[in-house]
Amino acid sequence: MATTTQYLVLSATLFMIGVAGVVSRRNIIVILMSIELMLNAVNINLMAFSLRWGNTTGQVFTLFVIAVAAAEAAVGLGIILALYRNRDTVNVDEMDVLKS
Amino acid sequence: MGWLGLLIMTGLGLGFAVVMILLSSLLGPKNPTPEKLAPYECGMPAVGDARERQSVKFYLVAMVFLLFDIEVAFLYPWAVALRDLGWTGFVQIVTFFLILVVGYIYIWRKGVLDWGPATTSAARAAARAMRERNAA
Amino acid sequence: MPAGFSPSELAYLLPEFVLTLGALLVLLADAFLSRDRRGAVIGLSLVVLAATGAALAWVGAPHQTIARGLLSMDAFGLFFKVLVLVAAALTLLMSGPYLAAEAMPAGAYSFLVLAATLGMFFMASGVELITIFIGLETMAVAFYILAGLLKPNPRSNEAAVKYFLLGAFSLGILLYGMSLLYGLTGSTNLGTIAAAVANPAAVGRPLLLVAVILVVAGLAFKIAAVPFHMWAPDVYEGAPTPITAFISVGSKAASFAMLLRIVVLGLPSMAEEWRTLFYVLSVLSMTAGNIAALTQTNLKRMLAYSSIAHAGYLLIGIVAATPRGISAMLIYLAVYTLMQLGAFGILVLMRRGDSAGDEIQDLNGLFQRQPAAAVAMLVFLLSLGGIPPTAGFMGKFWLFGAAVEAGYVWLAVVAVLNSVVSLYYYLRVVVAMWTREPEGLEPRMRPALALTLALALAGTLVLGLYPRPLFDLAETSAKSLGSAVWAPSR
Repeated sequence: MATTTQYLVLSATLFMIGVAGVVSRRNIIVILMSIELMLNAVNINLMAFSLRWGNTTGQVFTLFVIAVAAAEAAVGLGIILALYRNRDTVNVDEMDVLKS
Repeated sequence: MGWLGLLIMTGLGLGFAVVMILLSSLLGPKNPTPEKLAPYECGMPAVGDARERQSVKFYLVAMVFLLFDIEVAFLYPWAVALRDLGWTGFVQIVTFFLILVVGYIYIWRKGVLDWGPATTSAARAAARAMRERNAA
Repeated sequence: MPAGFSPSELAYLLPEFVLTLGALLVLLADAFLSRDRRGAVIGLSLVVLAATGAALAWVGAPHQTIARGLLSMDAFGLFFKVLVLVAAALTLLMSGPYLAAEAMPAGAYSFLVLAATLGMFFMASGVELITIFIGLETMAVAFYILAGLLKPNPRSNEAAVKYFLLGAFSLGILLYGMSLLYGLTGSTNLGTIAAAVANPAAVGRPLLLVAVILVVAGLAFKIAAVPFHMWAPDVYEGAPTPITAFISVGSKAASFAMLLRIVVLGLPSMAEEWRTLFYVLSVLSMTAGNIAALTQTNLKRMLAYSSIAHAGYLLIGIVAATPRGISAMLIYLAVYTLMQLGAFGILVLMRRGDSAGDEIQDLNGLFQRQPAAAVAMLVFLLSLGGIPPTAGFMGKFWLFGAAVEAGYVWLAVVAVLNSVVSLYYYLRVVVAMWTREPEGLEPRMRPALALTLALALAGTLVLGLYPRPLFDLAETSAKSLGSAVWAPSR
């Protein structure tokens, strides 16, 4: 049986992969997937802690994180689709209408 | 001991697949022609490009599915704890469901669910707007 | 164990129920009305907000923790609820003319504004991490869509994508911090967390510090504090103007409410650490925000950087973390809401013909064409800069005074210097309005917009000349937050 520490290492790794993906990738869809990785790292954390403390708060939290992640994914894909229709690109480097 | 059986089963399954792939690549005659390399489509020559534009309906339905799919994540825990939650839980899940129904009515009236000819006035207006945009 | 509310507690949630039902009603009305009933849908939404306000007045602040410790119905929450309600109402009021100019349908728009308001309500009164997080996301997802609602406009698309990506990223960071807090304490209730981490060494100080840093970083994104502000200028520029206004006041106010709840209520034993973090964030936000605003030619971007600087001023209240500091923050948030909405109201006025009207030169010669609007803009800008007798001056005076009183003299000095710098770019707009020759189409004042501007103007002036009632309210609210931070002095 895995210990809480092992779960934490797994989730921290997953989280860092997600962060690295968000920072380094240029395709919006891939960035979205990286963000989902981060949220899943959170879920692993919550489940591990729920097991350790023996209460269900972490599981409830996880359910809500999953639901919110789905809502965000749906909204995000809608937004990306609107961008793609107008600009024919899903690359963050080509988003330069707004000057910075 | 039950785990050992599972392990052997997995090993056998993987091994069989690997051996078959290896054998066919070693023993099989190789005579590639363009027809053989083309993607298989019901025995017919492939028509057009696989990357052609899909109707926007597909994206919309995917998104709507994603949203309504997640409600099951809340329905299952409720169903499991049905007896403990009693009427309070029932009222809460029905409230949750009714809110989703309002969302469902909204997308229905806005024509998201119309696949064939548009049936609601809003959907007809949306279709008209889309045609005008495509024409422009 | 039956979860949820006892029947007597349901009455306390009346405002939330009214708002939820009202929002669903607006959605249904939009589904069944014909497409061009823009005024009707916005009018219905305003009625919903008014009914919510009435329910809020009826419920008041019973100072009860309800729903098994999920929500605290106190004066602090009530203050923020009234604040975001006013912001939402003024936003919808100025949206009518804007939507007409953009030829945009109002149904989904009004519904999403109401949904965002509902999310803010839960951010304001939630005292439990899951509740706060759900409130935050209800608001944030609504704002992602609202930012991109000008679908054919590439600027709006881009703003929505950037807002969404950075918002979701910051959510991941915030949630990771929250999951660590839960892991260290075994609870998501802020009171229980505070008790469990009363002795940080006992639960593992390094991990607790990581959790605090992640939570603060995640929240700093939401309030657009430097160095987590990159999204703000782009989103502010690209989003529909009334939505920019609502994001810059509503989202900011609610995020500050949630920030205060989490750090003051949940993490008083880590006060020394988060004070340091907020000190750095505050100085960086004020300075970087104001310096970047100096060179902007786009008024929306300039106001974005100015709002980043304002986040820096507001953070002073948390650094002080005294009842006076918090109440000064509440006062400044209320004042900021009015003057910022007013300034964006002028931007809605400038949206005419094919011109987005958001460049500073679009305001050239406004005084000759619309003297009343130009004078109103002058008051809003002076208030943002902190010149008496406007409300902005009273707010800044009280806020900086709180910093001095708490012993952060240098922070106050930096803030005052920054306010002086900010005057330069606010006055550039004034110069354009008064001395330059008008160009482009004549801006047309509509009654709804005039009413918005008049209300914001009246608020800015009245709170500047007669701030006593607001001060008393803010003081009661800040005290009701209740905390272990103030008890042991540093």
